Amino acid sequence: MAWTRQVLRVNLSEGSCIPEPLNMDWANQYLGQRGLATRYLVEEIDPQCDALGPDNKLIMATGPLTGTMASTGGRYSVITKSPLTGTVACSNSGGFFGAELKNAGWDMIIFEGKAAEPMYLHIENDSAKLVPASDLWGKSCWETDEMLHARHQDPQMRVAVVGRSAEQGCLYSAVINDLHRAAGRSGVGTVMASKNLKAVTVRGTLGVGNIQDPARFMSAVNAGKKVLAENPVTGEGLPALGTQVLMNVINEVGAMPTRNMRESQFEGASKISGEAMLEPRESDGKANLTRNGGCFACTIACGRISTIDREHFSVKEKPQYWGNSGGLEYEAAWALGSDTGVDDLDALTYANFLCNEDGMDPISFGATVAAAMELFEEGVITTQHTDGVELKFGNAQALCWAAEQVATGTGFGADLHLGSRRLCEKYGRPELSMTVKGQEFPAYDPRGIQGMGLTYATSNRGACHLRSYTVSSEILGVPEKTDPLQTEGKAGLVKAFQDATAAVDSAGLCVFTTFAWTLDDIAPQIDAACDGDWSPERLVEVGERIWQLERDFNMKAGITGADDTLPQRLLKDAAKSGPAKGKVCELGDMLPEYYQLRGWTADGQLTAETRSKFGLPS
Amino acid sequence: MLKSLNIDPGKCTGCLQCEMACSLENEGVFNTAKSRIKVFTFHEEGRFVPYTCTQCDEAWCMHACPVDAIVLNPVTGSKDVKNDLCVGCKVCTIACPFGTVNYNADSGKVVKCDLCGGDPQCASACPTNAITYVDANATGLDKMRQWAGKTDNAASTGA
Repeated sequence: MAWTRQVLRVNLSEGSCIPEPLNMDWANQYLGQRGLATRYLVEEIDPQCDALGPDNKLIMATGPLTGTMASTGGRYSVITKSPLTGTVACSNSGGFFGAELKNAGWDMIIFEGKAAEPMYLHIENDSAKLVPASDLWGKSCWETDEMLHARHQDPQMRVAVVGRSAEQGCLYSAVINDLHRAAGRSGVGTVMASKNLKAVTVRGTLGVGNIQDPARFMSAVNAGKKVLAENPVTGEGLPALGTQVLMNVINEVGAMPTRNMRESQFEGASKISGEAMLEPRESDGKANLTRNGGCFACTIACGRISTIDREHFSVKEKPQYWGNSGGLEYEAAWALGSDTGVDDLDALTYANFLCNEDGMDPISFGATVAAAMELFEEGVITTQHTDGVELKFGNAQALCWAAEQVATGTGFGADLHLGSRRLCEKYGRPELSMTVKGQEFPAYDPRGIQGMGLTYATSNRGACHLRSYTVSSEILGVPEKTDPLQTEGKAGLVKAFQDATAAVDSAGLCVFTTFAWTLDDIAPQIDAACDGDWSPERLVEVGERIWQLERDFNMKAGITGADDTLPQRLLKDAAKSGPAKGKVCELGDMLPEYYQLRGWTADGQLTAETRSKFGLPS
Repeated sequence: MLKSLNIDPGKCTGCLQCEMACSLENEGVFNTAKSRIKVFTFHEEGRFVPYTCTQCDEAWCMHACPVDAIVLNPVTGSKDVKNDLCVGCKVCTIACPFGTVNYNADSGKVVKCDLCGGDPQCASACPTNAITYVDANATGLDKMRQWAGKTDNAASTGA
């Protein structure tokens, strides 16, 4: 139980919405959300299909704890094949949409085919129908959300939507839900738009009541909430400063990727940090941060709710941006700020608003702008390409201009839609792209945090911090401190984080709980909610099975062991300052051991024995 | 000692733990749609505001009910709906100036907060103490303390 055991299959080519029972054999092997939806995807699509063609499918999936009172139990993921990386894509989002979907009685929605004209899916409990959306096409996520709420006259309805960037083919477009939460990475929004699917609206009033043992569940939930409240990261740091608590910390350890990763410390970090967001500004005496906000059921509440200074150049003539909205998280602040060399907090907040308004992944967007800035400084891109804009590192006006261009796909925005790898290839300088498997790096320089190098190289969705966040151990000392500059033991650390994270995602929980929770805190919640026995050991096994399944998909899609690498800049050019000065990322010291621990061949292939051990489909 | 719910919107993060605790206690399911306490989001202003019945002494709903189905709980002071008497006429929903009595189409009865019989689950579930259950005679005490701190000028006069 805890699953609704109902899947909604939406065929956009035929215009049909048909319920079907959840495959419980798979649920027992893959739990839910990320793992279970990947199992469906593997079964149903050719890994070599065109990610933006009608043969790709897109799944919105909840986990067994989504919609329950388990802290952070509101999450859903969007699973599909990525147009950015060609690998499996699985982007996780909070907010309230996922819980609403579960409350409407659905574990997941599988979208297949392609609609002949723009449509949106409207769900009210067991009623689901496709509705023409030509009037919504060409509108931003925010406009679309407002129009849909006005049309349905239901303030409680939840909306997931793609913006204009996705419609225009930007390869890193997100699915935005609840205005400023994002299934952000790998272009899952681009796939949704490619199917002419503009939005999904959900109202669920059925509730989640099929908990196996409600009394034991509430006891485990309350114990978990207490652990989160008493932990310094989840109980103090994240509520007060959000993920932006990391900006100064990571800069000090010399792992702050700066100016397209040429450097690893940013002199302007303190100006764009979580602490800076609390400082009263000159114009109106208000701070950038209004308050923190929580996603559904979350007792951490790391979300930032911010305003832009009305006197700032970016919004002076634009009162529509004067209100509160989703503020800077660490990843956005890094990518839009440090990586582009811009230390103007309001400019970053404005660019972040635009990323939410039109559904761009701020990590990939910021990193792509950073690559373009390096190409500009190298003289490869000129003012002729940019309508006269000086696309230099540190230019806040250029950053805001780029966000506006990418939001609508106009002018140079079409080039920036390509993402860093394709942009650098187009301009003949592929070595300047800071990507793995085509996906842009997040905010940790692997020269200063070695385990993150292996994390990026082996992540099943290209460069990503959320697949094995060894920063926890290497910097924060959770669950135990390891030396960020050493490679020894990192292969095992990365594998352990990868497996545990896959299980946490698949439960419908937020990975941020794991700053405080181990699987010993999580397993009792799943075990009380679901039928069957769910021990920490079983969750590790499920997590590893998910990892192997994702890897298997990627290999069938054409990825090879040679793709498990990093840009030469990180492998050859030593860090210039900070504690990691003189260091490169020693990926070669870690990768062979990692392959061995995974049960793969020396060139990264799954063996028959490993496939059989985890019962992977042929 | 009579206690009452005390709500401090400034501490609310909008997580809806209160709504789920309420629906679990009263309906046996996690279902924010069935909660008797509601958190309202004012997005542009960046505010979250929980709201529920304040248990008026001279409760409009109680006086309006034509079949005396809303009765005073002498222990907690709550005004409780007697399901076996309620006929679902909804007059109380019109009478309540605050909108905190609502009709439940599934049961054909009205529902409102009954303080969970003296152990309100919303307050227990709230992770930030935005909802507390305190002495009804001193709900302003925290605010008084805050202002008292601001009006203390001993530090400046002593300098």
